[in-house]
Amino acid sequence: MSENGSKPKFAMYWAAACGGCEIAVLNIHEKILDVDANFEIVFWPVAMDAKYKDVEAMPDGSILLTLFNGAIRNSENEAIARLLRRKSQILVAFGSCACQGGLPSLANLGTSQALFDAAYDGPSTDNPQGVRPQPQWAAPEGQLHIPEFYPAVKTLNQVVPVDYYMPGCPPESPQIAAVIDLVLQVLGGKAALPPPGAVIGAGDSTVCDECKRARNEKKITQFVRIQDVQPDPALCLLEQGLLCNGPATRSGCGALCPMAGALCVGCYGPAEGVLDYGARLMTAVASVIDSTNPAEIERILDGIPDPAGAFYRFNMGGSLLRAGRLPRKSKVAHEP
Amino acid sequence: MAERIGVYVCHCGSNIAGVVDVVQVAQWAAGRLKHRGVIIARDYKFMCSSLGQELIEQDIKELGLTRVVVAACSPHLHEQTFRNACARAGLNPYLCELVSIREQVSWVHTDKVAATEKAKAVTSGGVERVLWDEPLEPLRVPIHPATLVVGGGIAGIQAALEIADGGHRVYLVEREPSIGGHMAQFDKTFPTLDCAACILTPKMVSVGMHPNITMMTWSEVEKVEGYVGNFTVTVRQKARCVKTDLCTGCGVCEEKCPKKVVDNVFEAGLGYRKAIYTPFAQAVPKYPVIDRENCTYFQKGTCKACEKFCPTGAIDFSQQDELITLQVGNIVLATGFDLFDSRRIPQYGYGRLANVFTSLEFERMCNAAGPTNGNVVLRDGLTAPKTVGIIHCVGSRDKNFNNYCSAICCMQSLKFAHIVKERTGAEVYNFYIDMRTAAKAYDEFDQRVRDEGTHVIRGRAAEVTDAARMPGEEGKLIIQAEDTLIGRQRRIPVDMVLLAAGLEPRRDAKQTAQLFGLSCSADGWFIEKHPKLDPVATMTEGIFIAGCVQGPKDIPNSVVQGAAAAARVQGRIQQKEISLEPVRASINEHRCSGCRICNNLCPFNAILFHDDRMVSEINPALCQGCGTCVAACPAGAISGTVFSNEQILAQIQGLLMLNLNGGRVEELVAA
Repeated sequence: MSENGSKPKFAMYWAAACGGCEIAVLNIHEKILDVDANFEIVFWPVAMDAKYKDVEAMPDGSILLTLFNGAIRNSENEAIARLLRRKSQILVAFGSCACQGGLPSLANLGTSQALFDAAYDGPSTDNPQGVRPQPQWAAPEGQLHIPEFYPAVKTLNQVVPVDYYMPGCPPESPQIAAVIDLVLQVLGGKAALPPPGAVIGAGDSTVCDECKRARNEKKITQFVRIQDVQPDPALCLLEQGLLCNGPATRSGCGALCPMAGALCVGCYGPAEGVLDYGARLMTAVASVIDSTNPAEIERILDGIPDPAGAFYRFNMGGSLLRAGRLPRKSKVAHEP
Repeated sequence: MAERIGVYVCHCGSNIAGVVDVVQVAQWAAGRLKHRGVIIARDYKFMCSSLGQELIEQDIKELGLTRVVVAACSPHLHEQTFRNACARAGLNPYLCELVSIREQVSWVHTDKVAATEKAKAVTSGGVERVLWDEPLEPLRVPIHPATLVVGGGIAGIQAALEIADGGHRVYLVEREPSIGGHMAQFDKTFPTLDCAACILTPKMVSVGMHPNITMMTWSEVEKVEGYVGNFTVTVRQKARCVKTDLCTGCGVCEEKCPKKVVDNVFEAGLGYRKAIYTPFAQAVPKYPVIDRENCTYFQKGTCKACEKFCPTGAIDFSQQDELITLQVGNIVLATGFDLFDSRRIPQYGYGRLANVFTSLEFERMCNAAGPTNGNVVLRDGLTAPKTVGIIHCVGSRDKNFNNYCSAICCMQSLKFAHIVKERTGAEVYNFYIDMRTAAKAYDEFDQRVRDEGTHVIRGRAAEVTDAARMPGEEGKLIIQAEDTLIGRQRRIPVDMVLLAAGLEPRRDAKQTAQLFGLSCSADGWFIEKHPKLDPVATMTEGIFIAGCVQGPKDIPNSVVQGAAAAARVQGRIQQKEISLEPVRASINEHRCSGCRICNNLCPFNAILFHDDRMVSEINPALCQGCGTCVAACPAGAISGTVFSNEQILAQIQGLLMLNLNGGRVEELVAA
């Protein structure tokens, strides 16, 4: 696959995300040397200096593999997504935010205004002048622009076609290492690429498949919060009334959280073929509530204080809903 | 192979074509949906006619159609028709989709342009869906020959007897101690004035003696599982505290029992019964029951008079409720009605003015075996009334209570007028809104009663009061009403007022409906499959309804429905097996993580968990395709035929016309 004898090119980009994905890549330890040995790293802002104009100058399709992490929060994220799409042969949505919108897309339930209010006027914010981000600003040196803030966070594939998806918040390092290995094998002609659109670096069942906790038929009479109980170490957490997302979440992480007694929060996203993770999980949880009395059911459901956060923590942007109802004319009046 | 789809748009006379431009819809489908595989689209006056069906058959044969979409009425009506047409032409019937542009479009819209656009969207949804349809074979299951009849009133009795006479086992479940229902409480039946008991009790005895009928009185259905042909029913046999194998029905226990209780059920509150009792002399079965809530022994721990005097030692205080499981193929529900509570209309004074009686109280009063031995008397039990007022439509045809007509009250009130006249010679005034006597020999009865001298006043009574305002009203009940025929307010002083209370669904009708998986109308009556053409079947296969559970009706009509339900059941039994829709769920073992969320959701117990492999599996023989597990599976590992995710999502995509603009949802979210 290498062009003109030179090493294939590799890029990684950090859009609207926390940076955990970048750390996870570095967390593959010495495997990172394989990456360096086999690839020419042409663009990886967190690891090396680079300018957008350098990427723009590259021929289209000249980058073999781009790992794109983070959601599309603003016009800059989108512009770079389009740029890297053009320049890359294989574009991977890397991590929950790129795949499903991730935590940032929970903000889609409110307006940008509410988000700014929380960020710039919150109880822990000292902002006596009420400064807010301005799309443009006439500085003495000239007109300044910042990227346009979108009213809703988008997933990578909502702005450009994506070749592969690698879920996780962040993707587990052994899975990243395995994917790197696979790509190297493909380069060496020893393996074939998975079918386009496939989820890579994950399993095709759900977290329960990897969880060793004992399971029974489920009947939930009460939801409890993890800080209020000492869970039975051997029994399925959901059966103990802890809202564990394992049953709906794609396998691949090794069930690390539930095995350690922490709830699965669903970072690996929906299982194969599931269109809306939260809806799936909600119907599943609703169907094991052990009551037919409406008032009792209401009481049981009150044990879930933040349903949106519980069911859509990592995937609001990629859900069927995508966002709360948005004002139609919310477009900020400037172009990137 | 690319699919070859035929689209057929029905005019349904003017039902659809009056609102939807069906020609335009067909042309649009032929053009805009060509790229989805539509090779022919036609409109036709009546697709369901044999000519319409032949059109489809012909196209399948001549154009080699591999899928068919019919845009017409609801699948409830004609899905089978068009599937059969496809099958006749050699196309698997499950490759045919019927989408509704009548119930869901033309009947609910008036804007013709918008309705036509919606019809296009609905048709487009059908085309997208049909692409995912799979050829399926119907499943054939045997029908259990036994039948459960719930309710031992006249409708249930009739159904039970007819099925049993046909040679099939019937379980007749009745919650009271005896069968007979409301009819057993009546004295005379209109319009022939037959004695109710004389015509009913022979049927009751037949039920009791019938070798094919297992009568289960003092029992209630607790659980219904399974499906048409194969129901498993759990019946709670309440503890009678009487050993039926020893009891001879001699009645000594009842005679000796010291505890008298007002009988609110059979005697409608007008008379008493004992704590151990049979509700009436001709009760079937003859065995009494102990009413534990009123029995001195059960309440205070002493007494046991019945046990002491029982000559055969049949009393058994230690009896417990028993749960009995029955296997049946079909169910007939004939659970009847409750009487409208006349206290809800305070201006008529029932419960406040002693000499205001309900219709059921009066039925008991004029019954020779009733509390007054058939004497028509005031609440004092002695005085015969000299004038009697009868108020029709109490709680019926009244926006404040029930909008519907209770169907029986006019004739019942005329019957009362006749009985009052016959027994007391009193003057009788009937207050009616409209006289509804539309059945064989009913109007003649009305004439007869009028000829006998009953006064009929057309006007809803406004109130019944004991406040005298004019001479001659002292000590009387005064019925105030507008006589709409003479256009005047009238005050008629009477000694006794009879309220022809309407019929209402049983208080627990909703629970019953839930138990059997049926639906109730807004009024609470059970809904038949079709109001005209399928009056005793329900939307739940294998469950039939008969008598007043379906709506107010008189005895002849209840009998007709009981017999009709029996005929339907026997037809089913005769077929020995039934073909079921091949709608089934299955689990992709590879994707199942064994989380066990689905395990106890299945109403048919079709899901099995394999401990060794940690996966769940669905037994296709038990699965009924209800879809509960499909919806619940968090891993999306369960899918259902006919309602697969692909089919549903494709239909939605089609409805949203995403098949026309490259499938981008982008436009839907403000960006």
